[in-house]
Amino acid sequence: MRRLIETNGWTIGLGLLLALLLLATRLIQPDFGTSGLDSLARAALPFALATVGMAVVVIAGGIDLSVAAMMAVASVTGAVLMDGASDGQAVLAVIAVLALGLAMGALNGALIVLTRVTDIVVTLAMLFVWQGVALLVLNAPGGGAAPWLRALVAGGITLPGVPAGLTGWLPRGVVFLTAVTALIWLPVARSKLGLMIYAIGSDASAAFRSGVPVGRTRIAAYAIGGLFAALGGLSVTMGTGIGEPIPGPYLLASVAAVVLGGVVLGGGRGGLLGPILAVFVLRTVRMDLTLLSVDPNVAAIVEGTIMVAVVMFGAVLATRGRGA
Amino acid sequence: MPDAAPPTAILDAKGVAKRFGAVQALRDASLKVDRGQVVALMGANGAGKSTFVKILTGVLRPDSGHVRIRGRDSSVASPAGARRSGLVPVYQEPSLIPDLSVADNLRLGDTPADPFRHWAGELGLPDLRPDAMIRSLSLASLRIVDLARALAIEPDVLLLDELTAALPTDLVDRVLRVVRAQADAGRAVIYISHRFTEIAAICDRATVLRDGLTVGDLAIEAGIEERIVELMLGGTVAAATTGTRGARSRATDVPRLRVRGLATGTRLSDVSFDLGKGEVLGVVALEGQGQDELFDVLAGNRRANAGTVEVDGRPAVFTDPADAIAAGLTLVPGDRAQALLMSRPVRENIALPLLARPRRWGAIRMRDEAARVTRAIERLQIDTRAQGEVRRLSGGNQQKVTIARWIARGVQTLLLFDPTRGIDIRTKNQIYALVRDLADQGAAVLFYTSELAEVRLACDRAVVIFNGRAVDVIDAKDADEPTLMRAAYGLSEATGVST
Repeated sequence: MRRLIETNGWTIGLGLLLALLLLATRLIQPDFGTSGLDSLARAALPFALATVGMAVVVIAGGIDLSVAAMMAVASVTGAVLMDGASDGQAVLAVIAVLALGLAMGALNGALIVLTRVTDIVVTLAMLFVWQGVALLVLNAPGGGAAPWLRALVAGGITLPGVPAGLTGWLPRGVVFLTAVTALIWLPVARSKLGLMIYAIGSDASAAFRSGVPVGRTRIAAYAIGGLFAALGGLSVTMGTGIGEPIPGPYLLASVAAVVLGGVVLGGGRGGLLGPILAVFVLRTVRMDLTLLSVDPNVAAIVEGTIMVAVVMFGAVLATRGRGA
Repeated sequence: MPDAAPPTAILDAKGVAKRFGAVQALRDASLKVDRGQVVALMGANGAGKSTFVKILTGVLRPDSGHVRIRGRDSSVASPAGARRSGLVPVYQEPSLIPDLSVADNLRLGDTPADPFRHWAGELGLPDLRPDAMIRSLSLASLRIVDLARALAIEPDVLLLDELTAALPTDLVDRVLRVVRAQADAGRAVIYISHRFTEIAAICDRATVLRDGLTVGDLAIEAGIEERIVELMLGGTVAAATTGTRGARSRATDVPRLRVRGLATGTRLSDVSFDLGKGEVLGVVALEGQGQDELFDVLAGNRRANAGTVEVDGRPAVFTDPADAIAAGLTLVPGDRAQALLMSRPVRENIALPLLARPRRWGAIRMRDEAARVTRAIERLQIDTRAQGEVRRLSGGNQQKVTIARWIARGVQTLLLFDPTRGIDIRTKNQIYALVRDLADQGAAVLFYTSELAEVRLACDRAVVIFNGRAVDVIDAKDADEPTLMRAAYGLSEATGVST
């Protein structure tokens, strides 16, 4: 138990911080409740999926600057394919978009491995490529989304036979996020691929000497990152009902949440739950500042300050812990 | 004597060659290891040993020649491939993932857990927790974990590279017993070590490399050390008797640098010496005997665990490089890239230490600085046709820049770490002359070199470090290569370490 707390201290701390922030929200806005949680979850969903994708790549010792652009490609491709399609066709469209995400990520990874150009340079270049592709597919917001897909992330959870009061407060967006992340990441994390992703991020040359296929593992990590980016793009379409060719501010937000979530830039350390909690922490802070009607420009300064303060606080705790 | 016994040869490498750009690292290396044998692979610095190891373990692909394991051509191009064909290496740098637990590291290499636990216990780590993070283990434990992991796979050929370098003596004994038992059980071991006592204790044969060639394959017997040293040195023995420099009359007053019982980390355990003004003191050591740590402590990059340093008779403790520089000690590191701003011009690089004094943080007095920099450039005959960036200069010229920057400042104590590695002979001679000039002007120079012949060419005396201890001080006139080599291998310590 003590060990569990020691190794997951950062994540637990973030969970507590989030709980405190939600309590504070309730104090600021006494009628904050189910609908407030729901809109918070829906706003956070694309950010969270982008962050998860980024976290996988960062754990593997890389970075993918094209994450937001890949989301845009996925969003418009999904919206175009689903526009006027039947439910059955929409399922196929979703599968196609997810496959596209895997392919985009794998291409990013393959370019890095084969050309040996730095990940930052390659993915920065690919950022422009994917942005161009997204605008080619759809040069203005448009398209459509299947109603069942939109229903996946809107509103609270209702279970047959269970009173709505028990589960109704839990936003579908949060359940969707948890489900897809667990469905994709848990099998990976428990397999050798998961170990190898941490291994190449921790020490690529030691991993190579241990017989890990470093190049292929790196490509796999970028592909998983691409898959989550595609899910993030779909979630944009699911939330708004249309495809968005111009990506939102997901790139920098995802890097920020990854760092705040306890994943070490440089690789090898951290998990996915921390970054997800960090996204909600950052979104809740923003929401609270809006509720307090703080000038948006001042709010941005406050958000940045909080991030630096939290990360530095963590570093101080870590060095104390080692000294004791 | 190499005897032809094809059925028992479990690893057979023949005619292996490898070239890196203009450097022919290996010309014709061969190695044969039979079942039931421990074979030592030996070679002086630059003999091509590490390249050969990389080829045997599949990290590099040879340009020509072949490596056969159990009679099958192992045209392995990856560590995983070498492992599949039955060769498992334990490298000098543990190949464990720092951010994974012991158990996860085992899973990563498909190592069975029970045999691993058995071997870890056998090697002196019975209480190792499988969920312990690699990051939290000591270097000695890491090496044991790495070895136990290799043993658990039950490899046909075990390659051990400087395995005992970071181990305390009680562990060394256990490790040697286990390694010998492996061979006695019918497996084969390739054993790389600088320590003749260990080789005498467990090895059956020794294969010696020199200049990328296998020059000998000897059975280990009493007194074989001399023969191995001779083979490692080859023809260079005669060549190095030129340019004898008598020991200069050392200044009898307070030495510039007095080091007593210096120790840090696992490698540097007890080094003492005096370095006088006007003296060039060589440091001779095989790789990884603690010389890196010694220079790091003297340059303020690292703190000592024990021992004292006195500068001009005053005790000195350096908490960072600026302290050492303030006390007049300046390091020219082995890695030029560490010292230079590669993408800035030569002049800026030379001027930087001049400017990096707080008193000078104001405006730069251009004319004054420019003159000093120009003098330094002329003095060193640096080819500045490449006016632009330092990285465009040749290696030799870059090295001259690293020295020039400190000369421009007026150096008191210069710490040179292998300054002539990979540099052409003309530039080498310029550097020797420069070092001598500096000494004649009163500077004290500590000169670590991986080329034994340089001791006579550039130094007055040399302190020999073996296994973290200063084992000998030799005057330049007596410092022929065999003497230095014997001392560096810890053989001269009691003239009879040979068992």
